[in-house]
Amino acid sequence: MIEKLKKNQFLFEELVKRDFKQKYKRTVLGMGWSLLSPLLQLLVMSVVFKKFFGRGVNHYTIYLFCGTLVFSYFRESTTGGMNALMSNARIFTKVNVPKYLFLFSKNVSALINFGLTLCIFFIFAFVDKIKFGPHFIALIFPICCLVVFNIGIGLILSALFVFFRDTSYLYDIFTLLLNYFSAIFYTLDVYTPTVRKLFLLNPIYCYIKYFRVVVLNGGIPSISYHVLCAFYAVVAFGIGAWVYKKNNHKFLYYV
Amino acid sequence: MAIIKANNVSIRYITGDFKDIGLKEYVTRRFTGKYHVKEFWADKNVSFSLDKGDMLGIIGTNGAGKSTLLKAVSGIMQPTEGNMEINGSIAALLELASGFDGELTVRENTYLRGAMLGYTREFMDKMYNDIIDFAELKDFQERPFKQLSSGMKSRLAFSIACLVSPDILILDEVLSVGDGAFRKKSGDKMKQILENGVTGILVSHSVGQVREMCNKILWLDHGNQVAFSDDVKLYCDAYEEFLITKKLPKNIEDVEKLAQDYEERKRIEREKAQQREVEKLQNVLETGDSDAALDAAINIIKKHKPELLK
Repeated sequence: MIEKLKKNQFLFEELVKRDFKQKYKRTVLGMGWSLLSPLLQLLVMSVVFKKFFGRGVNHYTIYLFCGTLVFSYFRESTTGGMNALMSNARIFTKVNVPKYLFLFSKNVSALINFGLTLCIFFIFAFVDKIKFGPHFIALIFPICCLVVFNIGIGLILSALFVFFRDTSYLYDIFTLLLNYFSAIFYTLDVYTPTVRKLFLLNPIYCYIKYFRVVVLNGGIPSISYHVLCAFYAVVAFGIGAWVYKKNNHKFLYYV
Repeated sequence: MAIIKANNVSIRYITGDFKDIGLKEYVTRRFTGKYHVKEFWADKNVSFSLDKGDMLGIIGTNGAGKSTLLKAVSGIMQPTEGNMEINGSIAALLELASGFDGELTVRENTYLRGAMLGYTREFMDKMYNDIIDFAELKDFQERPFKQLSSGMKSRLAFSIACLVSPDILILDEVLSVGDGAFRKKSGDKMKQILENGVTGILVSHSVGQVREMCNKILWLDHGNQVAFSDDVKLYCDAYEEFLITKKLPKNIEDVEKLAQDYEERKRIEREKAQQREVEKLQNVLETGDSDAALDAAINIIKKHKPELLK
């Protein structure tokens, strides 16, 4: 068991290295660019939307940043992960390797990007005079949930993409819609409590809200809210793992 | 204990128009009843078992199910029916150069391949120099893989798979890589590996290779097992005869008959060749340039009986 883990760890490390080199083509600026894109998006949104949606919201830029931070990590991780099986088809049809490692490895670069953006987020928060405190440690919880959730969705998508090649187009549309349903740049104040509850059906919104509660309100959400966040992550991961397990030997017919 | 044991392994492939279609296309085809999936059995009821140090040669024409069977052995596919018992680590060489990444350097690719074959980093650190030496790629270590020639690529793949000393080695048409010198080297290496008790499976279209290296033989035809035996010579003979007559043997007598026919044919061919040789010589003497014949005769006389010429 330990032996197997060790072997897989070596393969995982080598795959991560490979994906990094493929993605950034050994350029120094490579990482910088992928950081720049969410920041530019943030800049444009905060300039454009501040007048419309930002009225009456304290620290609107940070409010917005919470949204784009979580959402861009989700999108980058899942769209990147979608390709994990197809782009490695030449490998897994010839060598017997654990296929989920391809996905995990693709997730690493998205996670690192997220980490860097998170640092910038904290700098912004500091500049914007947000009160820092020990309650910030609670942010580890939604981040962990988000990582697991993204991996789960990535597993499902990468498998779907093998079976149906138009998954990527459909998913683009889906993420666009999800973006508008995640209350990234607007607040829910105008809605009735029932509608607000409906938003909790969206896992991404849940994670964004967790961030906002901690950073902007200086509090920690309730226990049941934690359960909800964890529930989404576990369900997504469970379905993903099940799909992989069930189709482990079927993928090669479709590539 | 058998290292590899296949019990009535059958493998079913699915083919059809389900590949490369989108969800939209899938749904419309489902509704209009145009969605067809064909099944076919790539292997049917194949059984064999290999002990430590055995080298199995799999022969059969194209589409006999050889590569599919190897995929089942290496765990890429699962038998649809029957089962496969494997005891040991496997290094599979299916289509050598695949799985390498063109952008990565030779060194990085070597480590990646080692990782895929299931080795640890420490082990690869230890073996790396030997692998590069054997592949004769010392000056190319930091080159991107895509800049190598195809011969170099195969050499690297072969070296990695052989030098990492697996328990089970699977070779699919790979012994014909590289130039003549490397081919000889790789053949020697293979023999050395087999002497060390590695269990191997060799798929080759060169019957000569199978005769030379294997002690067991599995003959497949359109997914059916014609024979599994350790009488390599008999079945190689029969197989070569089969390639000409295209008559599949049904029982052991047929096989022996085929082998006999093969011997007979070989004998006739040899005789014919000798006959031709004799005819050729006579031809040269009779119709050849008469001066040349005379010159030769004079030379011989000069050498052996110079007194005659005086």
